[in-house]
Amino acid sequence: MKKPNDIILHAVTKVAVPIILAFSFHLFFSGHHNPGGGFIGGLAIASALTLLFLAFDIETVRANIGVDFKVVAAIGVLLAVLTGVGSFFFDASFLSHTFDYFNLPIFGKTELATAVLFDVGVALAVIGTSVTTILSISEDR
Amino acid sequence: MSWLHTMIVIPFIFALFVPFLYKFFTPRIHTGWFVFIVPLLLFLSLLKYIPTIAEGKTVYHSVPWMPSLGINYTTYMDGLGLIFGLLITGIGTLVVLYSIYYMSKHRESLHNFYVYLLLFMGAMLGVVFTDNVLVLYVFWEMTSISSFLLIAYWYQRKKSRYGAQKSMLITIFGGLAMLAGFIMLSMITETYNLREMFNQVDVITAHSLFLPAMLLILLGAFTKSAQFPFSIWLPDAMEAPTPISAYLHSATMVKAGIYLVARFTPIFGGNAEWFWVISSIGLITLLYGSINAVKQTDLKALLAYSTISQLGLIMCLLGLGSAALYFGYGDEATVYAAAILAAIFHLINHSTFKGSLFMVVGIIDHETGTRDIRKLGGLMGLMPISFTLTIIGSFAMAGLPPFNGFLSKEMFFTGVLNASQMNIFSMDTFGLLFPTIAWISSVFTFIYCMILLFKTFAGRYQPSKLEKAAHEAPLGMLISPILLASLVILIFFFPNVLSHYLLQPALIAILPIFAESGGIDVKISAWHGWNTELFMTLGIVGLGTFMYIYLKKWSGVYGLFSQRWTLNAGYDFAIERMERFSEGFTNQYMTGFIRDYVVYIFAVLIVMLGGSLWLFDGIAMDVSNDAPISLYEGGVVVGMIIAAITVPLAKSRLTAIIAVGVLGYLVSMLFVIFRAPDLALTQLVVETVTVALFLLCFYHLPEFRKATVPMRFKLTNLIISIGVGVIVTIIALSANSTRLFEPISSYFENSYDLAGAKNIVNAILVDFRGIDTMLEIFVLTIASLGVYTLIKLRLAGRD
Amino acid sequence: METLMSFLVGILFMIGTYLILAKGLLRIILGTSIISHAVHLLILTMGGLKTGGPPLLGLKNTSYTDALPQALILTAIVINFAVTALFLVLSYRAYKLVGTDDMGQMRGNADE
Repeated sequence: MKKPNDIILHAVTKVAVPIILAFSFHLFFSGHHNPGGGFIGGLAIASALTLLFLAFDIETVRANIGVDFKVVAAIGVLLAVLTGVGSFFFDASFLSHTFDYFNLPIFGKTELATAVLFDVGVALAVIGTSVTTILSISEDR
Repeated sequence: MSWLHTMIVIPFIFALFVPFLYKFFTPRIHTGWFVFIVPLLLFLSLLKYIPTIAEGKTVYHSVPWMPSLGINYTTYMDGLGLIFGLLITGIGTLVVLYSIYYMSKHRESLHNFYVYLLLFMGAMLGVVFTDNVLVLYVFWEMTSISSFLLIAYWYQRKKSRYGAQKSMLITIFGGLAMLAGFIMLSMITETYNLREMFNQVDVITAHSLFLPAMLLILLGAFTKSAQFPFSIWLPDAMEAPTPISAYLHSATMVKAGIYLVARFTPIFGGNAEWFWVISSIGLITLLYGSINAVKQTDLKALLAYSTISQLGLIMCLLGLGSAALYFGYGDEATVYAAAILAAIFHLINHSTFKGSLFMVVGIIDHETGTRDIRKLGGLMGLMPISFTLTIIGSFAMAGLPPFNGFLSKEMFFTGVLNASQMNIFSMDTFGLLFPTIAWISSVFTFIYCMILLFKTFAGRYQPSKLEKAAHEAPLGMLISPILLASLVILIFFFPNVLSHYLLQPALIAILPIFAESGGIDVKISAWHGWNTELFMTLGIVGLGTFMYIYLKKWSGVYGLFSQRWTLNAGYDFAIERMERFSEGFTNQYMTGFIRDYVVYIFAVLIVMLGGSLWLFDGIAMDVSNDAPISLYEGGVVVGMIIAAITVPLAKSRLTAIIAVGVLGYLVSMLFVIFRAPDLALTQLVVETVTVALFLLCFYHLPEFRKATVPMRFKLTNLIISIGVGVIVTIIALSANSTRLFEPISSYFENSYDLAGAKNIVNAILVDFRGIDTMLEIFVLTIASLGVYTLIKLRLAGRD
Repeated sequence: METLMSFLVGILFMIGTYLILAKGLLRIILGTSIISHAVHLLILTMGGLKTGGPPLLGLKNTSYTDALPQALILTAIVINFAVTALFLVLSYRAYKLVGTDDMGQMRGNADE
């Protein structure tokens, strides 16, 4: 396979990926009050990674991000289930969530909700799933 | 759970352990030794009930099972159930003991054998001890299934599979008919419990469903008990290992039909139809079985036909005896009740002598390698114990003293003679038929008993035709038939002990009118003086001996009947035709082409949805609440339609993929318009990733080919798709126009107070309906694992 | 708008069905994609359109659009993504293994 000339793609990707990733995290964390959340955040992160895989070849990305995305998906599911199980320790039914407001040093008055933990699980599962799927297909030659 | 319940459950539970016992102890210990404990334990515990039952008491326990359906698991034991229980466990014990020597622990898959055997035992106990007709039905079919499994035990043999299928088809057919009969009965009486049905005999008799229910239940009984013309499955069932033939197909399972008839006599008895159907079918079966038995050359087939004939005898007696209920309590009833007593008596006797005969035939088969009487002969000196046992068994079967068969045969003759004197049910016209046919059948019975005995043991020993040199069986194998044969003699000398403890309580169970008087006082004795019955027996012996001696001269008569018109030929023809028809019919629509199946699905969708909308007048169109349309929105919709239409028309796959992508992005624009920011965002990202996926895969998939499909194919597709489109449009319009309920989403608008979230959609996803989301990510993960597996893991040997 | 959407959904269903009935694997997948879009729109339309502002309590609205269909659709979109991916890979593998993408030729053996 001849080496394609994709300098522009490389250059754009290098700039775009951090922006997409930052935006993804923003989407994820704003999900509680504004549009966004685990699904969208996760998918956006996945698309950023997909762009990386498309622009550079898989081996290069693999070398730099040493994560098995199947494991990521599994961890996500596990986290989501554990937040559900966690409810039992507070004598609540499965997947009950709670929230409260705290005064944190830098952020000031901040709301912390257990639902966010669940959402992290969702996001991880979505990332793991999407990337595993795309990698599996593109690796198969 | 009472002990009675536990008894039924024990075999099932023990069956679970059999495979492990087999695995760990084979070949050190024969698995049969473990199984042996179960029937022995059950038999001993049943013995404990005899005094209670003999006093006229019954045992009753009820456990709610499906209370909402009125199905209780009620167990009940009276004299009838007890006799069957003792037979099942008693013969079961002996059969298991026998099988330990019969079934080789080195060659046979004993775990299968004993699991099936225990399944049968539990099911059969369930049949005789349950009081709920639906539960009875379930156990009844379980006996059919275990019988099927046991006949097909040597499933490598074609004949085993054939016999198993035959028995399954016939008995399950009867079982289903019986279920229909049960349901009719429960419709009439509004109960599933037999005890409660017995209290409503008048209601049942007056009901228009009386006759259908009766005939359907009898169909179940006749198929199970191999009555003419359903008897054809029993000879083929002889492919089962001999312990099974001795147990299921002579001593217990085939008697389930007898049990059923006896059990339902209190409800149906005393009616002309019941009387005639049972006694005539029984009589025909008796004659058919005995005549056919004479021409058999395989010992087991001979015994199978003899079993059919003896079952017919018992059935006939039950039919005749049911007349007692017509008269009500009195002298006449007592006369006919004697027939019932004879039936139960013969039932027990038959189990003893036929059980021992089967075991002896098994021994002969085991020790010589054949069951063909043309090859056997002269075994008298080589197998003296087996010879003695056969004498006892076959003389008892022929109705000779001093064996128990003599007593019940005499009582049978008394029954038919009494019946011929009857002046009800138009018996004055046909009455004489009964003793005549009974006598002819008994002559044939005598002949085949002699064939069984002398063709095997007398005559010339032909070692050249045998697979192995004949010798006497090991002691362990002989114990069971010896025990049974000694019972045959014991019962002859002490019939009244049996009568007092077992027969009388069973009689009361069948004919409840005798309950107050404590049964009838019939003394069973061997000598009644020079009466008609004795002369009949003497005649049988005389003519039978004569005919046996000149058997060769007249047996050519059998050849006169064409083999084309036998019951078996009819059955085979029907099965073959049905198989061919169903194969042809299935191949008509099961084309293996997925598109056809999708067509069925969509066609059903159109018909069901369209039809129900039409039927329930659900079509409505109301545009008054519609939101206004702006030009911009209209443009998006038009764009979507154009994009969608492009897809099927596209010449290249790239165009099609891009058109679908455009559609997806336009959908996300619609989401924006419809105030769904979360959806729009998700749709955008998903669409991007999906298009990437499509392009990745499309890299591998082939280019669209020129459509070379016939016009009809396209037209069908077009019609189906237009139909689906129209139906969906109508549904959408109608649903939009008929709003039956208030939306429930006002609750979710409290999300800030309830979940601390201002994004309602997200609150629903992670909090209100968190389990949905959790399961969704399960699905996601499973799908990705599926993708991974499809790509990475390949079956060995493939590409 | 609801009436227009109903017709749009009907048309999308029609085209999707037509594609699913086709012989080529790729067309079938595209058909399922179109049908799932149609289903999403159908659910959304059933909830009533433009009945209020976006379901975000932070905005100064007096009424909000029905949030429940939106949550359902969000779930459906993501599931649909996973299913499409699986379907694509399945067809891709089937094509590689069997050597055809024609459903008419992908039949089981006669003795199955």
